[in-house]
Amino acid sequence: MAKHLLVPTLALAAALVCSLAVQTQGPMPGAVYDRDVKGEKPGPAPRRDLAGIWEPATAGGGIQGKGALAMESCKRDKATGRYMVQQNPPLTDTGYATVDCLKPEVEPPYTTEGLARLKAHKPVEGYRMVPDAVNNDPILGCDPGGFPRIVLHNFRTSEILQTPTHLVVLYKFQKRYRTIWTDGRELPKDPQQPAWTTADRLPPEPRWWGYSVGRWVDDYTFVARTNGFQDDRTWLDNAGLPQSDTTEVEETYHRVDANHLELSIKITDATLYTRPWVALDKLRLRLQSANLDIQEMECSPSDQKHYYEIFGNNTGLDPDTRK
Amino acid sequence: MNNAVMRTLGLAVGLLTVSVPLLAHHGAAQFDVGKKVTVKGAVTEWFWSNPHCFLRFDATGADGQVVHWAVETQSGPNILPQGFSKQTFKVGDEVTVTLEPVKNGRPMGRLLRVVLPDGSALPLATADAGQAPGNSPLN
Repeated sequence: MAKHLLVPTLALAAALVCSLAVQTQGPMPGAVYDRDVKGEKPGPAPRRDLAGIWEPATAGGGIQGKGALAMESCKRDKATGRYMVQQNPPLTDTGYATVDCLKPEVEPPYTTEGLARLKAHKPVEGYRMVPDAVNNDPILGCDPGGFPRIVLHNFRTSEILQTPTHLVVLYKFQKRYRTIWTDGRELPKDPQQPAWTTADRLPPEPRWWGYSVGRWVDDYTFVARTNGFQDDRTWLDNAGLPQSDTTEVEETYHRVDANHLELSIKITDATLYTRPWVALDKLRLRLQSANLDIQEMECSPSDQKHYYEIFGNNTGLDPDTRK
Repeated sequence: MNNAVMRTLGLAVGLLTVSVPLLAHHGAAQFDVGKKVTVKGAVTEWFWSNPHCFLRFDATGADGQVVHWAVETQSGPNILPQGFSKQTFKVGDEVTVTLEPVKNGRPMGRLLRVVLPDGSALPLATADAGQAPGNSPLN
């Protein structure tokens, strides 16, 4: 090696070794996320198998404050018409995206009622975001985010447990779970009067998370449908898109290979949207080590109260009117 | 330092920078996005929670008046990989905080970087987490 290259080469090697040391110190095996590695060739997809701990293949890829249709990028490929995953959107010099980057190029197909509901929501994220002091987002008081917001807003590490009669999805965010029945039962026919109980004198029970049934449409594709939501306290996402007690959600899980799963979500609600629309298009998930310990992300009302007393309530643009 | 060394160090810094994936949680409507303020002060509270932690500290201005600052970060689980923990700060610690202030002029903001009493800084540059510990509209 030429002498003039020796010093810079050693400096580069030292920097990379230091970086690796910091990244590998401390965590136990299985306590760090498995990420895609360039050139790897995963094995074939197992048949009718979704079980495991899943994490968005792109770090942070399931956290979608921008809103359902703006989630991947603020740019769209004009040739294909598809949104492109953009890892480096325009940033300020403090490292944050500009608000211009948050607006979807294509709005969801709102009905008049849907648009009115949207405008009544004051979210803290997305292009319509307001300061904390004037928001009306139910989850910021620790109400359940419900489904599909848990996926469209904040899909983090999640575990799927698979049994002969149902799937259970354990979500890290808000430490919640859902059951998707695969035992052949049908969705409640009237989402206004849902109840799966043999105790027929019990009243109907509208749910934050809805009623879910699913089936395999082929050996690698599982489709679940959900209805029976209780009211509009659940939003579709963090940008305030509306949901109602007539919303129906279709989830499609496609097992791509041994390491990957793709998740898509379609929304149908004739009250709020003029046609069904795809809110999530093939979010790529990566299978994690079976001994990964999923962190808690519980929402504590007492913690939230203290946060708003000290910080959130004081962010209004006018300290007297908080408007 | 010669040009070759500078180029190599630049490359190393670049590699470290791109190794930091994006991760964020919360909106930015209340922040004066892009503005940076650096303040020195003494810690009065370090509140560890989800979805936001915050650090409160007192700084004495040029006029001798004490200003009570509060800066927020992302949630505890998000900033653990960046080197923060529930024990990172104790009351009385002298810290230097670089923050993005709120628009309304109150002594509040989101934490971008903090220098601890021992001279070390957080967040760690190589953490498997967001670019900055404060909330970001990016996601």
